[in-house]
Amino acid sequence: MNKKNTEYLINRKDNQYEVVIGLEVHAQVLSESKLFSSSSTKFGAEPNTQVSLVDAAFPGMLPVINEFCIKQAIKTGIGLNAKINKRSVFDRKNYFYADLPQGYQISQFKDPIVGEGKVILDMPNGQKEVGIERLHLEQDAGKSIHDLDPQNTFVDLNRSGVALMEIVSKPDLRSPDEVNAYIKKLRSIMRYLGTCDGNMQEGSLRADVNVSVRPKGSKEFGTRCEIKNVNSIKFMQMAIEYEANRQVDLIEEGKTIDQETRLFDTKKNETRSMRSKEDAHDYRYFPDPDLLPLEVSEKFIEELKNDIPELPDDKKKRFIEEFKLSPYEANILVSDIDIAKYFEEVVTKMGKNKDIKLAVNWITGELFAILNSKGLEISQSPVSAKNFAILINLIKNGTISGKIAKNVFELMIDGDKDPQKIVEEKGLKQQSDPKALEALIDKIINENREKAIEYKQGKEKLFGFFVGQAMKASGGKANPQLINEILKKKL
Amino acid sequence: MSDITKQSLTELVENIKNKKLSSTDVTKAFIQRSEKSSELNAYITDDFAPALDKAKKFDQNPNLDLKLPGIPMAVKDLFCTKNVKTTAGSKILNNFVPTYESTVTENIWNEGAILLGKLNCDEFAMGSSNETSHFGNVQNPIDKNLVPGGSSGGSASAVAGQLTPITIGTDTGGSIRQPASFTGIVGLKPTYGSCSRYGIVAFASSLDQAGPMAQNVKDCALLQEVISTYDSKDSTSINFKRNHYSKELTKNIKGKKIGIPKEYRVDGMPKEIEDLWQKGIQYVKDCGAETIDISLPHTSYALPTYYIVAPAEASSNLARYDGVKYGYRAKGENLIDMYEKTRSEGFGAEVQRRIMIGTYVLSSGYYDAYYLKAQKVRKLIKNDFDEAYKKVDAILTPSTPSSAFKIGEKTNDPVSMYLNDIFTVPVNLAGLPGISIPAGHDTKGYPLGLQIIGKAFDEQNILNIAFAMEEKINFKNKITDWWIK
Repeated sequence: MNKKNTEYLINRKDNQYEVVIGLEVHAQVLSESKLFSSSSTKFGAEPNTQVSLVDAAFPGMLPVINEFCIKQAIKTGIGLNAKINKRSVFDRKNYFYADLPQGYQISQFKDPIVGEGKVILDMPNGQKEVGIERLHLEQDAGKSIHDLDPQNTFVDLNRSGVALMEIVSKPDLRSPDEVNAYIKKLRSIMRYLGTCDGNMQEGSLRADVNVSVRPKGSKEFGTRCEIKNVNSIKFMQMAIEYEANRQVDLIEEGKTIDQETRLFDTKKNETRSMRSKEDAHDYRYFPDPDLLPLEVSEKFIEELKNDIPELPDDKKKRFIEEFKLSPYEANILVSDIDIAKYFEEVVTKMGKNKDIKLAVNWITGELFAILNSKGLEISQSPVSAKNFAILINLIKNGTISGKIAKNVFELMIDGDKDPQKIVEEKGLKQQSDPKALEALIDKIINENREKAIEYKQGKEKLFGFFVGQAMKASGGKANPQLINEILKKKL
Repeated sequence: MSDITKQSLTELVENIKNKKLSSTDVTKAFIQRSEKSSELNAYITDDFAPALDKAKKFDQNPNLDLKLPGIPMAVKDLFCTKNVKTTAGSKILNNFVPTYESTVTENIWNEGAILLGKLNCDEFAMGSSNETSHFGNVQNPIDKNLVPGGSSGGSASAVAGQLTPITIGTDTGGSIRQPASFTGIVGLKPTYGSCSRYGIVAFASSLDQAGPMAQNVKDCALLQEVISTYDSKDSTSINFKRNHYSKELTKNIKGKKIGIPKEYRVDGMPKEIEDLWQKGIQYVKDCGAETIDISLPHTSYALPTYYIVAPAEASSNLARYDGVKYGYRAKGENLIDMYEKTRSEGFGAEVQRRIMIGTYVLSSGYYDAYYLKAQKVRKLIKNDFDEAYKKVDAILTPSTPSSAFKIGEKTNDPVSMYLNDIFTVPVNLAGLPGISIPAGHDTKGYPLGLQIIGKAFDEQNILNIAFAMEEKINFKNKITDWWIK
């Protein structure tokens, strides 16, 4: 396997294979209550404490659609540049399982709420468009817990009935890197919209991955395998790599690939057959007679459209135009809504005479480094945007040097301290008084007469020596720019 | 008063309001008669002691402004009743006690009525003779070893036998109207969406409707007025302007156009049914209404359509009875084994038959040929009615193709059993209201009913027609108390 330029291909002897990937992403709708009941959706509650009679499928209980979840799905559809279907239908997907109390999952089969759309990925070699096939709403199931008792299975219905959006991509993805970019983009869009928190650890975002391979240049798709329920991007990438190579090996050996559902074993880093096509469930989908078809008006959709915030693609464009950022910088800043928010707050707080470039460098440099080392999200940043902006301004207006600023930043982390105060208390203010600096430099030149003469005779390297001496004499506080200017004049 | 149980609901309400009777008097009378009537097997669960307590409590501070002040009544065991066992006639729910109340029964208690107990019915309302109940068949008060019809057989038997002044049933394909016809009482299936389905054990969600069963049309109208409310807990509940059915009840139906559908003249229909129908036509004419021959061309497809749609929905609705959460659970080696044993032991033969039919018609490869086609035919059947209602205000048909039959007579012949619903099923498929009123007797002296089908939400109109006809028919039910020793 090698990465030739940007193409992800699998090589065997004389053959090159392309990998075709489609994703079914299950994104939990950000909502206080469930899709068809008023139970809470809060994560981490005691088992079976967030279960209504509807969620537990008691006799005679009926689902009532949660309008908020509908709005969330439509907003997501708008964010995916997708067609919103004014009429959609909830179907029953019938199968038996202990954590599926109704004996069916309410989902949308033939008529989803959102139709075709697209997502733009920023790849190193340019933009890539990924088609969205559809987005539909469905209920989550409960959780079966098999390891609490040797004889019995325990069932926790807290998740039962929680609203999920299943976002189905077209088979447009071609590499694990694109999958990474796609998931991150989806997550970013939904977090901007506030329709899914994108928390993969808590299972708010997980995916079924469809993988097939075909000889490079071939137009036809190979037989695909579906890898079920992968809950991290890293595992998705590992699963794809393993699965694609497995399929290529089969082809190379002259064998055929069976269309099947597979599981990814994260410990062994391999996929395993779960069930073949023949064993696939017959879900006996049919429209849920307890729910009327869902009809939304143009006005309803328009109102939601007006409610859509600036999304990553637009924000990026604006950052480039308004702040003269490079596309690379803009990408980093818009990738996550909280980073973008932080950045924009810093920009606002810096006031009129601001140095945006400097702020960007400090955010992506010092701030990200500290967040990384502490394992924090930017929303948990120990330095507020306000104090961060003050720090950048202190550098910009020459109060402190960049070097001193790093020390100040270190001190700010502990309790989000005001950098202005730190500078004052510690006396770190930069010496920018030309007269004082001139006196200081005169003294140094006097003390190093011989070196000054050598410099004048052409030993230019010695300039650095004088700068160093001046900085040392000022305790690092001298304005380096001024020192340079004065030295040049005096020497 | 020894004849308390012979009184109609209207009379009882009047006597309680005039303080001629107390709720305790009335409740006691119905409890006593119910206790003497165990041979009818109308009850699955009685709630007599609490009922009497409630009656006494009512009498201490009677609220006589209520529509059903202190009136005792038993209800079909398909309605979930808080803290009172609710079985749906099935072994699989034989230990199920809901912690909640159905909207329809809640409405009834809110108007002052008192629960006497839970009435027998076909298992999950699947049957036309009450013989599929896990709790045994129900006797028809008309004659020994005669079925009361189904699935609301216990309800019909209890009203006809005067064990309860009124009751509620549910009607998916005729389960109120057919037993009403078999026992000589009045039964109304309201428009789909009129009464909330919340808290009613589901059989076929797109067809199920609760409705009143009573000794006369006026009682029926009053109870309909109580149970029909818009309910946000049922997404198929419809928010329309509901009449004060009992107050607005009138015998004046002059000028009403009544359709007589030729397709209901089915092959092999007994002459006495045809004669009854003709008599009915004469009655409506006597009332000043006009009859018009109409056609409902897709009528013959109604029964096969129904026996695809209803089992399909049932197969899914009944999936929740899996032994995991509540109800009966059999021991199994593993999950699948537990499911199989629980459901084989917990469901009776008819329920299993319908689950299998339903599963089959929804299976991939058969869905289009059966379920989808049935849905299309259902639309055609509804269109038939829509067309007819351009010309007429209501439609008059027999309620059933025969009078009540003997217990065991049809248990081995499901198709012949299903044919019982031939006149009632189209009404459910079209979501329309239909009322069955007793209109005569056959040669054996068994009651026969006529059905009036209305436009959607036009319950008032068919109640009025029934009310007018009731006076002309002057039906007397022949109840001999044969079961009381």
